[in-house]
Amino acid sequence: MPRRSDIESILIIGSGPIVIGQACEFDYSGTQACRVLRAEGYRVILANSNPATIMTDPAFADATYVEPLSLEALSRIVERERPDALLPTLGGQTALNLAMALAAEGVLEAHGCEMIGASPAAIACAEDRERFKAAMVEIGLAVPASTVARSLEEAIAAPETVGLPVIVRPAYILGGRGTGMASTPEELAAVAAEGLAASPITEILIERSIAGWKEFELEVMRDRADNCVVICSIENFDAMGVHTGDSITVAPAQTLADVEYQQMRDAAFACIRRIGVETGGSNIQFAVDPADGRQVVIEMNPRVSRSSALASKATGFPIAKIAARLAVGYTLEEIPNDITRETPAAFEPTIDYVVTKVPRWAFEKFPGARPTLGTSMQSVGEVMAIGRTFCESLQKALRSLESGRAGLNCDPAESASDRLDDTALLASCAVATPERVFHLEAALRRGFDVADLHAASGVDPWFLEQMRLICAERERLAAAAPEALDRPAWRRLKRLGFSDAQLAYLWGIAAGEVRRARLAAGVAPTYKTVDTCGAEFAAETPYHYSTFEDTDETAPSDRPKVVILGSGPNRIGQGIEFDYCCVHAAQVLGEAGYETVMVNCNPETVSTDYDTSDRLYFEPLTTEDVLAVLDAEERSAQRGGGPGVAGVIVGLGGQTPLKLAGELPPSLVAGTPPAAIDAAEDREQWGALCRRLGIPQPPGAVAGSAEGARAIAAQLGYPVLVRPSYVLGGRAMVIVYDDEELADAMAEMSHEGSLGREGGLSAERPVLVDRFLEDAVEVDVDAVRDRAGAVLIGGIMEHVEEAGVHSGDSACLLPPVHLPEAVIEVLVRHTRAIADELGVVGLLNVQFAVPRSPDGTLGGAGGRSVYVLEANPRASRTVPFVAKATGVPLVKLAALAMMGQTLAEIAAAGAVEGWTGPVPAPGAADSWQPPEHISVKEAVLPFNRFPGVDAVLGPEMRCTGEVMGIDRLAGLAFAKSQIAAGAALPTAGSVFLSLADRDKAAGTTVAGRLAEMGFSLLATSGTAAALADAGLAVDLIVAKLADPEGPHAVTLLDAGGIDLVINTPQGRGPRADGADIRRAAAQRGVPLLTTVAAALAATAGIAEVREHPMEVRSLQEYHREIRERS
Amino acid sequence: MRPPERRPGTLVLADGEVFEGEVAGAPPPGGVTAGEVVFNTVMCGYQEVITDPSYAGQIITFTYPHIGNYGTCDADFESRRPFCRGIIVRDLVSAPSSWRAGAGLEEFLARRGLSCLTGVDTRRLTRHIRSQGAMVGAFGTAAEADLRAAAAAEPGTDGVDLVASVTCERPYLRATVRAGGRAPWRVTVVDFGVKTSILARLARIAHVEVVPAGWGAAAILARRPHGVLLSNGPGDPAAVRGAGEVIEGLLGEVPVFGICLGHQLLGAALGAETYKLPFGHHGGNHPVRHVATGAVEITSQNHNFCVADGGGAGTEVTHLNLNDGTVEGLRSLEVPAFGVQHHPEAGPGPRDSDYLFAAFDSWLAELHGAEADGAPFETAAASDAPPGAER
Repeated sequence: MPRRSDIESILIIGSGPIVIGQACEFDYSGTQACRVLRAEGYRVILANSNPATIMTDPAFADATYVEPLSLEALSRIVERERPDALLPTLGGQTALNLAMALAAEGVLEAHGCEMIGASPAAIACAEDRERFKAAMVEIGLAVPASTVARSLEEAIAAPETVGLPVIVRPAYILGGRGTGMASTPEELAAVAAEGLAASPITEILIERSIAGWKEFELEVMRDRADNCVVICSIENFDAMGVHTGDSITVAPAQTLADVEYQQMRDAAFACIRRIGVETGGSNIQFAVDPADGRQVVIEMNPRVSRSSALASKATGFPIAKIAARLAVGYTLEEIPNDITRETPAAFEPTIDYVVTKVPRWAFEKFPGARPTLGTSMQSVGEVMAIGRTFCESLQKALRSLESGRAGLNCDPAESASDRLDDTALLASCAVATPERVFHLEAALRRGFDVADLHAASGVDPWFLEQMRLICAERERLAAAAPEALDRPAWRRLKRLGFSDAQLAYLWGIAAGEVRRARLAAGVAPTYKTVDTCGAEFAAETPYHYSTFEDTDETAPSDRPKVVILGSGPNRIGQGIEFDYCCVHAAQVLGEAGYETVMVNCNPETVSTDYDTSDRLYFEPLTTEDVLAVLDAEERSAQRGGGPGVAGVIVGLGGQTPLKLAGELPPSLVAGTPPAAIDAAEDREQWGALCRRLGIPQPPGAVAGSAEGARAIAAQLGYPVLVRPSYVLGGRAMVIVYDDEELADAMAEMSHEGSLGREGGLSAERPVLVDRFLEDAVEVDVDAVRDRAGAVLIGGIMEHVEEAGVHSGDSACLLPPVHLPEAVIEVLVRHTRAIADELGVVGLLNVQFAVPRSPDGTLGGAGGRSVYVLEANPRASRTVPFVAKATGVPLVKLAALAMMGQTLAEIAAAGAVEGWTGPVPAPGAADSWQPPEHISVKEAVLPFNRFPGVDAVLGPEMRCTGEVMGIDRLAGLAFAKSQIAAGAALPTAGSVFLSLADRDKAAGTTVAGRLAEMGFSLLATSGTAAALADAGLAVDLIVAKLADPEGPHAVTLLDAGGIDLVINTPQGRGPRADGADIRRAAAQRGVPLLTTVAAALAATAGIAEVREHPMEVRSLQEYHREIRERS
Repeated sequence: MRPPERRPGTLVLADGEVFEGEVAGAPPPGGVTAGEVVFNTVMCGYQEVITDPSYAGQIITFTYPHIGNYGTCDADFESRRPFCRGIIVRDLVSAPSSWRAGAGLEEFLARRGLSCLTGVDTRRLTRHIRSQGAMVGAFGTAAEADLRAAAAAEPGTDGVDLVASVTCERPYLRATVRAGGRAPWRVTVVDFGVKTSILARLARIAHVEVVPAGWGAAAILARRPHGVLLSNGPGDPAAVRGAGEVIEGLLGEVPVFGICLGHQLLGAALGAETYKLPFGHHGGNHPVRHVATGAVEITSQNHNFCVADGGGAGTEVTHLNLNDGTVEGLRSLEVPAFGVQHHPEAGPGPRDSDYLFAAFDSWLAELHGAEADGAPFETAAASDAPPGAER
């Protein structure tokens, strides 16, 4: 069946901000879909609120709407664009739910828009757990016993029919949110209440628990001609009971005999046919009783998913790309296999390696959250590793995590397991936690029986026996000397995945010595190819992984190469925005004639798509692995007569590649030299540089001990900002107001605290103590400098939350509407001076604090009191946002600049599409031309995943993702950003205010404006008194928690009596007043503002929203406007 | 039983290429085993592959690295014993895990006299065979020179009649398990090296009698079968002595269904040429188009030889391989006969083509009419157990 010609335009909905359970895998799938549909000649309209994505690059769609993913905004887009079709299956649960809402509201029908890929009926059947199970029973597939409850009463009665223990699953949710296990009626009541609250339709499925069974997934595709294929089978290391997103998973399935596998395959096809997913990919989950092989169907996702992204990377079969083409009418047979080129996509990939995925968590960011894994997903990212054996891929995956581990133990951090006694160790193996896999190895090494560990953990004996091979090899190695190992011995240990770092630990020598001994024995990794077919056909696509075999498959090459180091697993503080940067570099450097070589280990990303770069190495980002890739590429150049590696890009992948810069040959590091990176990081050098340039910094000093910190604080005066050096995302950064809080903070950083486990405080790793500037506006500047000294200011952003809230967690505005012209000039001047002094070649981000004078002016007279906080000579988190707000492709300019081109040359050659200047003259004091529209970036926080955690912002970054709101007015843009972040501001109703003393004056202004707009005011007694003093009528005085009398805010929130919460906390930590209120607001999804600055912005937004109906515009239109103006 | 200790070993191919590994399983006699080296891309189903008689004369390389994960199981035998000359793997798993598992694969190999070369860069080997074509080789613990000599002396499979080495010595029956619907048919299976899965699948529609490949057409027809199945089997169809004559004697007298080697022999009897593929098809993921419906089936495959397209007047191609366009099925337009190159019985592999057995069933109904009798084979000629079973 050929491509459909009865449709011309297709709307694709993205998945919005990165949240737990929905990450950049949907950027990968959406980007693929956009590319392939445009190549097919369709007009592609894209809606996605996430500015950090590749897909929202204006080049990927004909009309890109960076607008909230709300029913209203989507309705406006459909009205405006009149797409012929909507493809809902590529943007995760968000897109699926929105598409269903658009269908239900009649928006699609009214505008003649057809849903393709999956029909509303099929989606409803797959997503409604009751209907799904009935459908499975109808076709003869087994499912766990279950019942549906729509109220707490129904839930409590469930064990009569289902029994206990049970698992509770809310309908229409994402990443298992609100899902939980219950073994007793009491637990059931609690879990059911949470589940009912989490479900948008107040419905839960109560299912007999099959925790401990083996868990499998099949990725299945179907075309219009009813051909079905399995792309990949996945087996979970962790048994049922741990969300698959939180499980270590392995592809292909390891422990199924062929008859069992074929039974599962047949069931999967029956399932997709019965549900009626017409075309595209689906993910079907099965549980298997380890005792007798009985199989039950757990659930199905009628769309591409995290697992399909993993399956695509694991097999080389691009599921989303194929799904998009199937949706427009092709059959599998008509689509060529991208990798072999000669065979069709109608086949089932077979692989000749083992793939292991390990999730990455961020529990250390959420004190108070229990690091126990369960049915609700909590991980924030993942890594994937490929090896020829499970052991090799597992060890590679564990060292890819960048959590300080060199592999499966055999590193300093193993002491956490080794110091446990036998009983405690076995108990640790029984509980699913991020550390369990390490505990299991420690237990095996200590001689525990596989059978006992299997019984405790539910982990299949096959995996445990494999891990035992690692233990056995380690025992052999411990008795060996590195120089005594021959080639077969080196190969054997490397084939089990041991890293040089693990051996260095084992033998008590430096990793460099291990490397030398290994290379002397002639053992270096060989690179094999991911080719979908187990080498049966020749592969065209150079997608490689390292292993220790006889021969290498990298092709010879005669082009100059650029190696781009990616950013590794998503984590808080380092996510998709850096992938955007790496992908842009690959694009522009490829266009410039370089052979681009990507190294990364994150399966969710666009950068690890095999056709983003000329070569992809799916490898851990460690010194050993990266040096090996450089060696392989040099060999490839030698064989092909090429000039070799011209540069390694370390400045675009966040901290990950930056940390490796010092280990690489300095001549290869492209752009800003490593010494300049150090100068910006090193406190002494940086301070000296600022003094030299006459740029003021907040006063501060460095302390190597708690006593030292106290002395500095005494000298500076409180409040002070305390932060450890060499951390990411404001890890453990805190503002303290007195000696006691300082002592707490220092304890946290010592060997006893959570950071202590990551290395602790020492003279080598000191703590920085700075005066904290209260009531200052924080400003971010992103710029590019070339080797000739031209500095292009990309964007200047004013943070909504004041300095002290981590910049990643703060909303920000571009342009900085509240900053006076004189301050902006100073910011530009300082940025240029710092860039020149550091010798930046590439991107630079500088953060400033602009204090507010008592009279309200910012930055003092003529901008004289502008403080510089820090400078990062690398891509910042805000770069993609800036590019989308201004239309200037900053990263592409920077990448070319890093490889030696000047901005003038780039402009003259038209080397970057969409940018022709103006070119800043080196050394000139040019001004910055901001766009006329306003862009707001807002952070999205995962507090609803961590019920025990206080939902207050601070200097430690905790957001997982971001959204962007664009409009002509600042208030509207801010309001859009709030809708996009999932906390739409109310335009009427009740606002609850509880303000810290220092905020009462400004808070009164906010309350006054809200009252003018007809909001009723609720307040705690102290705040109410301040409001009354200002002549404002308070409708209800709300009691504090300690107060036995009167209505409590939490009760009111539960009852739905509050539409907006403005609560500015005093101090920090669970003792702080209002923590319960903030927690309740975060759980109930009531908009919560924890700073007065945000409240002011919100108030302006509410006022403008009341005046103007929502309008939507595409990025292409905004950018055209900017170009026409200049 | 503890499998013998692994010892360093080598594979030498006929073109001189050398691969290092360790010999596991049964030590090969004289330290050498030789055969035609082929590769199979299935990720599970190794026991079915190893016990498939079609691999007689061959050494099987598995492209999936871990082989032996779920042990071995009596239910997974495809014949009474392995007929292949050995297996080559990247990692022979010594500690399996499955509720079904009996012996581990290593123990199974040792017990059945089969050698394994493990630890091999099987991807390098596969790429070598892919680019240079299937070739003979020898592996074992012997010196490289001895292995080289053994490889040079190995005849391979071209022009060699391997069927004689795998067919049953005397006929035997497989009881029908047909339940409901019409009475079971009588189907005679000519055993060129038949897989148990074919018999199990046929037993769902028919009383099954398996006869040795040496039986003549008259002897087969004397058993009054409603249909004859020409089974799968090893090697070169052109080398199977007497098969053409037998099949020509059956055509037009009784409906004939051929699978794999049976399909090739049928094709030859219908006038088509057969030829050797560069390295064959061995795996569970080959797409095949059913020409009549356009549907794509993912199939189980195991063959080095193939029926040429366009040969044989009065035949029609019914199935095509989508990877390389080779013939996967044909039927006669003149006599009731059809055959498929792939394996509808799976074992191992996908069951997408299982409908062919149902099609066989309805075809027999069409040809014989509703009143055809459902009596079993007379037992005079056959015993009720496969001879030589060594479970």
